[in-house]
Amino acid sequence: MSVGRRMLITGLSSFWGGRLAQEFERDPGVEVVVGMDSRPPVVALGRTEFVRADETYSILSRLVRATQVDTIVHAGLIVDSSSQSARVLHEHNVIGTMNLLASAAAEDSRVTTVVVKSSTLVYGSARRDPTWFAEDSRRTSPARTPVERSLLEAEELIEAFVEENPGVRAAVLRCANVLGEDLVTALSRALCGPVTPVVAGFDPQLQFVEQEDVIRAIRFVVARGLEGVFNVAGDGRLPWSEIRAMAGHFPLPLSPVLTGLAVLPLSRLGLLRLAPETLELLRFGRGVDNTKLKHAGFRYNFTTAGAVRHFVEARRVGRVAGDRPAYRYESDVEAFFRHSPAVVVPPA
Amino acid sequence: MPPDRASDPPRTTGALLPLRKPDAAPQETRLGDVDEWGRSERVRTIIRQAFGPLYRHWFRVEWEGLHKIPASGGALLVANHAGAIPVDAPVIMHGIEEELGRPVYGLADFLFRSLPFGGTLWARGGGVAAHPDNAYRLLHHQQQLVLVFPEGTKGTGKLYSDRYRLRRFGRGGFVEIAMRAGVPIVPITVLGSEEAMPVLARSTRLGRMLGLPYVPLTANMLLFGPLLGLVAYLPAKFKVRVLEPVYLDVPPDQERYPRSRVLDAAEEIRLRMQDSLFDMLRRRRSAWRG
Repeated sequence: MSVGRRMLITGLSSFWGGRLAQEFERDPGVEVVVGMDSRPPVVALGRTEFVRADETYSILSRLVRATQVDTIVHAGLIVDSSSQSARVLHEHNVIGTMNLLASAAAEDSRVTTVVVKSSTLVYGSARRDPTWFAEDSRRTSPARTPVERSLLEAEELIEAFVEENPGVRAAVLRCANVLGEDLVTALSRALCGPVTPVVAGFDPQLQFVEQEDVIRAIRFVVARGLEGVFNVAGDGRLPWSEIRAMAGHFPLPLSPVLTGLAVLPLSRLGLLRLAPETLELLRFGRGVDNTKLKHAGFRYNFTTAGAVRHFVEARRVGRVAGDRPAYRYESDVEAFFRHSPAVVVPPA
Repeated sequence: MPPDRASDPPRTTGALLPLRKPDAAPQETRLGDVDEWGRSERVRTIIRQAFGPLYRHWFRVEWEGLHKIPASGGALLVANHAGAIPVDAPVIMHGIEEELGRPVYGLADFLFRSLPFGGTLWARGGGVAAHPDNAYRLLHHQQQLVLVFPEGTKGTGKLYSDRYRLRRFGRGGFVEIAMRAGVPIVPITVLGSEEAMPVLARSTRLGRMLGLPYVPLTANMLLFGPLLGLVAYLPAKFKVRVLEPVYLDVPPDQERYPRSRVLDAAEEIRLRMQDSLFDMLRRRRSAWRG
């Protein structure tokens, strides 16, 4: 019997799930890649098997049993709340994680490794924050936004899972705000528009991580079998004003008092999509200490400044040459290429 | 940033090769010069230029024992704090930066961070929120000079009738930080800040409603009105004395230190500073002429 890894990737149709599946497909040490999501994938995949599930992953225990996966990469946590309702966030992040962990802890499961992609949103953003959060720092303000609460709850579930299942290696990667040419986040949208929202009078320091560094970090943690919580973020922080200047946009000052109210009409008109946690971030910023993962041997390709510059340069190309054509998943085509005897598979 | 990507550990090059060619140009070309603490040397220079005439001609600051501040390595500067909107912090920071050419990071209440405009200026000018992790990183990792006022808002909010009587030094947190960071504590006593903005009365209830520690009524407000009085200082003569550095005889980087040891050291420093203040007052002929 082969000794290759059997992987399950949740959130396959998110940018992260898709990119990770592409990566693990290429890895000869990975025998099987199963991807799960409620929507069809958005990137071209080779040998990944796509399973459509509902958003709470209720079929997971069957799937884990049937596929005998040993590694689960939970890339399906929603961290951008501007596109989802509070209910969906809770179902997806909390109930989805609960079902995932339950299936991994089931008696007949062969799961030995669970890697979860979380976010530095769990630290919040408040005036009492330290300049750099370490993995064991506590947040200084109660979590008020639905996305932060759901992520905290999901991490609590993982903590309990770790205690109850000492045989399973579990790692949580808390990623800082990600920038990348293929990824749309609340902040990347803010840097793409003609004007960039700023909270008047505040110039917070933000930290970013490049999208490929996140992919590499997840692969690194899977390959090394690391356990515990890790911050994933580029070195250094940059003031929002400097980031905006790098992107070459004009500021759109928002009132420093009653900011949420000031944003409301703009968001109703669809001019601005800023989640409450993003508004707090644009006021106080956030920095996380990335030394724990670096001490484990990981090397970032991009600093915060490098990630911002890389993103800005990619946007310039995109503006001139147009964005890359979007991929569309056709189940018949995919089934043909995967299972038809007519397809000649080149020897590995 | 890795200085040389070829030097990545060989074990990662197989499976974890970066997909895109990492860009070859240096990533550190920055548009601004704001450091991780929010300090900008450019802004700091502008502030120094603006504050310089005030420092020299209005407050006529006089230093004593400036050489006792270490020329290199981290040190925790501890000073007394007074005057509703205290000017002692900029005076000490300005003096040390001008004379020693070393940056000073001033720790202050989180309150500043929630002030629009003022809070940003405060951070660009060398202010850092007083979080123990921040102080430790500045002192231990970066070996900087860090200025802290252990009395906190209890010092600045005290009435003119209580002038130059040191308040409680918090819970001795500053001693613990210096112990952990393995740096000396340099006590500094300042004369003049009490007279530059005498606090006649204060309301903590009004302050609580506004989210401030207190709302003061100062002599400056009575003289110059409620708005101009916030920034118009009386021309008190400033005298700053640096006391002998205190080297805490404990191993750094411990998980915790004996509480009694911490409190004893804090109290000892407080008494020395109180003695020094009384000594300086004894020698002072006039609050305005020195």
